[in-house]
Amino acid sequence: MMRFLPLRELILGGAVLILLALIATRFPGFVAPDNLANVFNDTAPLIILALGQMVVIMTRCIDLSVAANLALTGMAVAMLNVAMPDLPIPVIVSIAVLLGAFMGAINGLLVWKLAIPPIVVTLGTMTIFRGVIFLISDGKWVNSHEMSPAFTGFPRAQMLGLPVLSWAAVLTIIVFAVMMARTPLGRSILAVGGNPHAAVYTGINVGRTQFVAFVISGALAGLTGYLWVARYAVAYVDIAGGFELEVVAACVIGGISIAGGIGSVGGAVLGAIFLGVVKNALPVVNISPFWQLAISGSAILIAVAFNARAGRAKGRIILKSADVTP
Amino acid sequence: MTDTATPMRHVPDRLHGRAYRTLRSWEALLLAVAIGIFILNSFASPYFLDPWNLSDATFNFTEKAMIAFAMALLIISGEIDLSVASIIALSSTAMGLAAQYGAETPVLVLIGLSIGLLCGAFNAVFVTILGLPSIVVTIGTMSLFRGISYIILGDSSFQGYPSSFAWFGQGYIYWVFTVEMLLFALIAIAYYVLLHRTNFGRAVYAIGNNPTGALFSGIRVRRVKFTLFLLTGLMSGVAAVCLTSRLGSTRPSIASGMELEVVTMVVLGGVNILGGSGTIPGVVIAAFVMGLVTFGLGLLNVPGIVMSIVIGLLLIGVIALPRLWTLVANRRKA
Repeated sequence: MMRFLPLRELILGGAVLILLALIATRFPGFVAPDNLANVFNDTAPLIILALGQMVVIMTRCIDLSVAANLALTGMAVAMLNVAMPDLPIPVIVSIAVLLGAFMGAINGLLVWKLAIPPIVVTLGTMTIFRGVIFLISDGKWVNSHEMSPAFTGFPRAQMLGLPVLSWAAVLTIIVFAVMMARTPLGRSILAVGGNPHAAVYTGINVGRTQFVAFVISGALAGLTGYLWVARYAVAYVDIAGGFELEVVAACVIGGISIAGGIGSVGGAVLGAIFLGVVKNALPVVNISPFWQLAISGSAILIAVAFNARAGRAKGRIILKSADVTP
Repeated sequence: MTDTATPMRHVPDRLHGRAYRTLRSWEALLLAVAIGIFILNSFASPYFLDPWNLSDATFNFTEKAMIAFAMALLIISGEIDLSVASIIALSSTAMGLAAQYGAETPVLVLIGLSIGLLCGAFNAVFVTILGLPSIVVTIGTMSLFRGISYIILGDSSFQGYPSSFAWFGQGYIYWVFTVEMLLFALIAIAYYVLLHRTNFGRAVYAIGNNPTGALFSGIRVRRVKFTLFLLTGLMSGVAAVCLTSRLGSTRPSIASGMELEVVTMVVLGGVNILGGSGTIPGVVIAAFVMGLVTFGLGLLNVPGIVMSIVIGLLLIGVIALPRLWTLVANRRKA
């Protein structure tokens, strides 16, 4: 039974429910199904990005460039849409995913082939990507009247009662749940983070797995880039500024260990939903949205302190680091 | 890692002398780059070699460099502090709040420095006492500290600092030499002595190279790390005083993104991001290089966000190039 309902997810799920119940005592409208669907839709980008970040963190890396990647892809597809309004949406989506994956691959290659610490790589690419947005857009905005109706309409199109944006998040959750539990890639991601030396002995290419994780995170950032720009119908240099911290916060709150190897799809999703509920509840309960930043900061600290207590099981190192010949 | 497995390929007959090592060091390379950029700049723009322009240009690195010295020690010891820019925001907000109640300059400075110290202590408690990874803790406090500034200030700003407060960021000691330059020099010397001439400095290197080994050789690892976080917080406080005094106003978005530039400066200065090695002279030269690059690009009318591309490329490039070089060299040998 514990395997299906791990304690950490239970506590986090409980925290979200208590939060909702507290809000409901004063503002019952907040927990109406319609509004909850809205909250979920609003949190969808965070959920998608948190899942991408999850695989990166689980391989002992970190990707701080996701928000910049999102913004650059968003700007690129928005400008593409202005230049070629007739381009069908599937093409736009594939371009966004490929472009995002390409940027993720740059991060991944620098980490894999040159063994540069991921935090340095992604801090660097974060600023570079932002700068490139300025270069390609010349600092100008792409506004809603310049985009085609099909482009902006897609994420909001209703399917079976939910907008496409929400379905994108649901689909990502399902794909990740299957990938982490049922594919060699998912298992090697866990193995690389859990014990890289042992992973090498079992025939897993650690660097390549980290590279793949970065590509996944980049591809999802690219996808979210299109969805984000189309949903808000505007693209500019500073879109989603600082969003990378929220994404990392969602992961840390969701119990994904920054030291790698520990984490679950359910945790990442619940972490994102927790932040999403807080963000959407603040204006409802009449607290200034300026509290958001401090609250997510405190949530990170509390979560990381809590998780460190929960999962400190150290094994004895019996294998020396392996001699990998590329 | 694999030293037991691979036979030594080449044993030198004698070690190179001190002069040779100095000449081939990272610092020497960096100095050459700095001189190169200086010459390039003086050709590129006729306004570059004006003493007053050069004096103005120092402002874009002195404040960052003050933090970079403390950050260098922290990174050498194997930790990192990404919350420094947010500490500046919180410290500046606290000073602004005090100024609204009519606090005088000495009180303001005291408040600025104490908030810096307190924030450093807050980080230190989480990292050294609770034993949490410093990257996550300081990403958390990065949101928390700036978040508190946003709660206090919202979208407004504090102004109305006493006129004597402007001395720190706008004052001159003599001719073109600013107060900030003097502070920068004094802090650089202090950190040089601390890192390269004291037991504490040796302990910092020891911890960065092997924390367990350091512990077993009698170094109080947690106490040293605690002190380093305090120092980084204090330096952020000093930088907050200078920056607030220079700008004359406080917004919650003050100094945003500065943590990246500080880390870039430290890494550019030859400090190993994984800990264990690095020098203060390297950081000093790196500060000048970054100052010269941004100033030169500014004179050529390059917008700030494009400069950030250069900073990002510098950060990755300085680490990537030597590694790429060894990668290629090894291929050739094999």
